[in-house]
Amino acid sequence: MAKLILNRLSKTFDLGGRAAVNDVSLTVREGGFLALLGPSGCGKTTVLRMIAGFEQPSDGSILLGERVLADAGEMVPPEHRNMAMVFQSYALWPHMSVAENVGYPLKVRGISGEKRDRKVKEALAAVHLETYADRRPADLSGGQRQRVALARCLVTEPDVVLLDEPLANLDRHLRQEMEETFREFHARSGATMIYVTHDQAEAMALATDVAVMSEGRLLQVATPEEIYARPEGRLVGGLVGQGSILSLPSPVGDGRLLEWPAMQDILADRTERTCADILVRPQDVEIAAGGAAVTVLSVLFEGERYALRLALPDGQTLRAFSRHPVKSGDRLAVVIRSAWRL
Amino acid sequence: MTRPQKQGNSQPRWLFPFVVTVIFCLSVLPLGRLAATGIMSAFRGGASELLSDPSLWRSVYDTLSTSFFGMIAAVVLGGGFALLLTLFDIRGKALLGFLFMLPTMIPPQVTALSWIGMTGPSSALLKALGLAPPLGSPQPLYSVGGIALLYGVQNAALVYLSLRAGLLALPRDGVEAARLSGASSFQVLKDVILPLSLPGFAAGAAIAFVSCVGNFGIPAILGIPAGIYTLPTLIYSKFAAFGPRTFADISVLSALIAILSVVGLMVEARVLRGRDYRVIGLSGQVAVFRLGAWRWLAELLLWLTIFLILFMPLIALVASSLAPAYGVPLSTATATTKAYEEILFRQAATRIAFTNSLSLSLATAFGLLVVTVLTGYFLVRSKSRFVGVISALAEIPYALPGIVLAVAFILLFAAPIPVIGISIYGTIWIILIAYFSSFFAVSLKPVVSAFRQLDPSLEEAARLSGAGFARRLADILVPLVAPAAGASVILVFLIACNELTVSALLWSAGTQTLGVLIYNLDDSGSFNIAAALSVLVVVMVIAMMIVLELMAKRLPKGVVPWRS
Repeated sequence: MAKLILNRLSKTFDLGGRAAVNDVSLTVREGGFLALLGPSGCGKTTVLRMIAGFEQPSDGSILLGERVLADAGEMVPPEHRNMAMVFQSYALWPHMSVAENVGYPLKVRGISGEKRDRKVKEALAAVHLETYADRRPADLSGGQRQRVALARCLVTEPDVVLLDEPLANLDRHLRQEMEETFREFHARSGATMIYVTHDQAEAMALATDVAVMSEGRLLQVATPEEIYARPEGRLVGGLVGQGSILSLPSPVGDGRLLEWPAMQDILADRTERTCADILVRPQDVEIAAGGAAVTVLSVLFEGERYALRLALPDGQTLRAFSRHPVKSGDRLAVVIRSAWRL
Repeated sequence: MTRPQKQGNSQPRWLFPFVVTVIFCLSVLPLGRLAATGIMSAFRGGASELLSDPSLWRSVYDTLSTSFFGMIAAVVLGGGFALLLTLFDIRGKALLGFLFMLPTMIPPQVTALSWIGMTGPSSALLKALGLAPPLGSPQPLYSVGGIALLYGVQNAALVYLSLRAGLLALPRDGVEAARLSGASSFQVLKDVILPLSLPGFAAGAAIAFVSCVGNFGIPAILGIPAGIYTLPTLIYSKFAAFGPRTFADISVLSALIAILSVVGLMVEARVLRGRDYRVIGLSGQVAVFRLGAWRWLAELLLWLTIFLILFMPLIALVASSLAPAYGVPLSTATATTKAYEEILFRQAATRIAFTNSLSLSLATAFGLLVVTVLTGYFLVRSKSRFVGVISALAEIPYALPGIVLAVAFILLFAAPIPVIGISIYGTIWIILIAYFSSFFAVSLKPVVSAFRQLDPSLEEAARLSGAGFARRLADILVPLVAPAAGASVILVFLIACNELTVSALLWSAGTQTLGVLIYNLDDSGSFNIAAALSVLVVVMVIAMMIVLELMAKRLPKGVVPWRS
């Protein structure tokens, strides 16, 4: 096993059309768990399909360690890449039993008899489906099908495991259970995993690294903590966490983490200076006397707290939480404890 | 590590050249040869003699008039059935629909024989009932009207299917909206449903017309005795009286048929254009109108029609086959199974024809399946810009009348094949190749719809599991398209086994098919033996249709032609 390197990868589907993937460079360390995060249509699935070998890059290259998997001229077909994939639709073969589905990669590799049976049994045990070996995929629930697909990935010890929005078709309850299974699977197999999702919470919870994409471009790659605390640019800032982005006069100095005194200054600033994008997360907005004046636009009761939408005097909105009920139209004062300049 | 491959797609390198070669051999080559001969003879002036021959124009006129009246009959029958069965609360719809489909699947020469057995002075059935007209009175079906009537019976199902597909695609919410606006059932029918179903009517009529123009079995049996020649039977008779100008003449004649067919098909394509996006909203089940007190009358009418166009002729056919000789009255005392014994045990000719037809049909059905699975896979998975052209070229030989294709293959193989120097003309191989070409589209359609239904990720998962193309084909793709492939085999077998038009021109001693045999037996006056053979054919057709009907639930939509 080795690290997976995407080197200035681009993909254009129609000649002369807009690039679906544009100049993406990325290194996934061996045994890493990378989440490719982005809104639908951002090119993340195309990146995944290029790694798998279903699409050929228009430009750039994909390397696994020293070995070139694909570039614009040639590519190793998927059947020779030693990768495995969990598809959004699970892609279980309906005419085979669960055990046959899981054992198929072994059968193709010429492994048969007792060795194959043992490996299939192990893989099914790892996803807690030993007793379902003889069922047909049609007789299983969504979560069980997902686990069969995962067992099929486990069975051959692949270099890279690719997951294409694997939880998109499951209900919320099952998602948490499956997230746990994925984490377990990653720890056990030590395989490099690449996980495509549009759900930032899923990406944060699972991955060791998160890569954010938009319109074919890679915006930022970092650990989940880093992405959350120090997002780069409006798009990443808007995608990660539930923050509001305010357009305010640029603060003095280069510091990006802004605390209340700095925020108070720029909120009060009436001069026409160049504006900067400031990310404000709701948990950093505190209702307190002496703060900036705001008007409550809407109130949503979420059980443990109230979620508020507030308007600044100039009309920009921000989100906040409150432990006490307020009414829309109320005038409040808020202190912004911390903000991030994008 | 294996050699990297150039393409990112899943097809092996050889697939595209393979598909192109197949299409070239089965479609481009024969039709190109036909066109070339037609154009050449037109330039050499040979055609002018033919075109100034009044018998040709007589035949064009007869073709057009029989086809036109046949189309009207088909529209009345098929349209009536489609409207009543789709829109109204008739009981026993499935059975009625299935029975209505049968006349289309029964070969035309058998239809013609069974109707002859039902009418005229020699009808065994009428004689048995004491209703036969006096000897010497004319057989009423040996006329333009008779031919047109049988065209209508044979092709009514085409109109039925086309109109029914259109009716089923109607937006249900459109009907409901009209109802909520206060329209009565009758107004909804008149103002919403009928206007929207007009394209289905027109398309069905156009296909029925094309099918009438190309029909050979009915005018051969009903027309030739009365001196009525349609273009296909004119080709046949010119070919039988072989002369130096035959090739030039038949190529011009088949070009005429091809032009008539293409005009019909273009009308169909034109009226159907936009059907996909015109109907928006939820569709699938048209609101069923209640007939109330009129229901029993409608049902009676439907069953009476089925009785007249299906049961009566078949009973007459059975009666003819049991009669000891043509024209001898049939009663329990005179009924004999001699004709069946004759075909099954005595006559070598029938045994040869059975062997030929069965082996030709089996070879065509299974041989084509191998080709169409690969072609279908290519058509569905390839991103090549030639896909549209290739699927159009694959459709053409089946869309054109069989007689045109037969002439094309005669022209192509009349001389020995260049380079190899072997002549397949007059052997069974020329029929086999013509069948491959003619039924390619029949075999391809179910396979393509099955591949379209297949989630591409099923194959991608197999690729990541390490399976190469052959392995995926064997383990994943073929098992998953198997039901459709089975339907494809049965359909091709069914049609090829009953086929007459192509083999009528291509057979020679020792290579006659069942269709040719039935026609020849009738032609030589062995009517009861021809009838007995036809009964066996009908039994086989019904058995296979029932098998397909039972399979239908497991098949993709559109595979079984009479289900929509």
